[in-house]
Amino acid sequence: MAAEATVKQETQSANMWKGGKSPFNVSWGKMMMWFFLVSDAFTFSTLILAYGTMRHRFAEVWPKANDVFTHFPFYDGHIPLAYVALMTFILIMSSVTMVLAVDAGHRRDNKGVALWMILTIVGGFMFLGSQAWEWYHFIHGTPAGAYVMPNGDVYKVAENAYHLHHLNPPHDALVSLLHQVVSDKAVIADIKSKAEHIHGANLTRNEYGHPLFADFFFFITGFHGFHVFSGVIINIIIFLNVIAGVYKRRGHYEHIEKTGLYWHFVDLVWVFVFTFFYLV
Amino acid sequence: MADHKHETHGYYTGDIHNQFVVEHHDPKSKKVIWKTFWILLLITIFEVGIAFAPIPHDVLVAIFIVLTIVKAYFIIAYFMHLKHEEKSFGYTIILPFILIVYFIGMLITEGNYISMMGDLFK
Repeated sequence: MAAEATVKQETQSANMWKGGKSPFNVSWGKMMMWFFLVSDAFTFSTLILAYGTMRHRFAEVWPKANDVFTHFPFYDGHIPLAYVALMTFILIMSSVTMVLAVDAGHRRDNKGVALWMILTIVGGFMFLGSQAWEWYHFIHGTPAGAYVMPNGDVYKVAENAYHLHHLNPPHDALVSLLHQVVSDKAVIADIKSKAEHIHGANLTRNEYGHPLFADFFFFITGFHGFHVFSGVIINIIIFLNVIAGVYKRRGHYEHIEKTGLYWHFVDLVWVFVFTFFYLV
Repeated sequence: MADHKHETHGYYTGDIHNQFVVEHHDPKSKKVIWKTFWILLLITIFEVGIAFAPIPHDVLVAIFIVLTIVKAYFIIAYFMHLKHEEKSFGYTIILPFILIVYFIGMLITEGNYISMMGDLFK
């Protein structure tokens, strides 16, 4: 019985490759979406790996995400990780509504697809808004700010003292020297006369430490946010098609599956960004 | 891959290729979706919870990387449905990422070299 089943399966899979039908049993469009996502995953992988390499190189002066992203709406204190955990929840939730839309499509339930699609779009906008809020606070920084010396060293102002982030450490410098706390008034006056007072971060300055942290943060979360944005636009177009009954007339909802793949991919990338930017 | 537990039907794509695609619809699909959601949510809550626990940093990083791969598996297998595609198609998608593993190995080697050379690279 088992041997017979194996033989049957073998002849079946041999026939599958003789042409005339897809041996993968996926349509051309869905397969191309998968291949696009593979190439896109390679792009994100190289970005995150470049980030990891530079972080390793400047490990001593790399800002800790827990010290940078501590804001939460309607709350004055500092709660690290809470806001980004909320963003992750929003994105996972919108992934669930998307997969429910795909599921409704399998059942040819036009109203169900429309309902779950609109919820996915709302989730996408909520995520984008959260990201804008996060960027706003990173760009504006803290009221105390930091002092940047002409050679790039950053003195972070905290608890009435100046914490040095040595950006150009000599090769044989001791790690303990890289985080000096300066409280001598004469030295502080000297720092103030030479240094530039900055708040927050942009592509060349970062009050929290090494500017490369800000560069990678803006580029990687920006590239991901751009994917979310284009995903929302595609979802809106598909949603309008659903409302117009395009897929009902066509007899299948494969377009929902294809946009669904893209949307889940965006969620997948965020899982990695969350780990390597915020947790580790 | 005829799975007799599932109701089998299909459709013609209707584009210029007009391929026939066999559908395997799992009647318990909604249950699977919500189960996957809870797994992803609980892993995320667990990650945030242990981030401040007194665990050595290297161990913590190892745990986070393993959990990230577990989350990625659930998203790809159940949300993106790759588990229910043909096996050959799954391998076609997943195997290219061996190159990324190779790339990680190269960058670790190169990163150690750069650290060793110290301020020659500024």
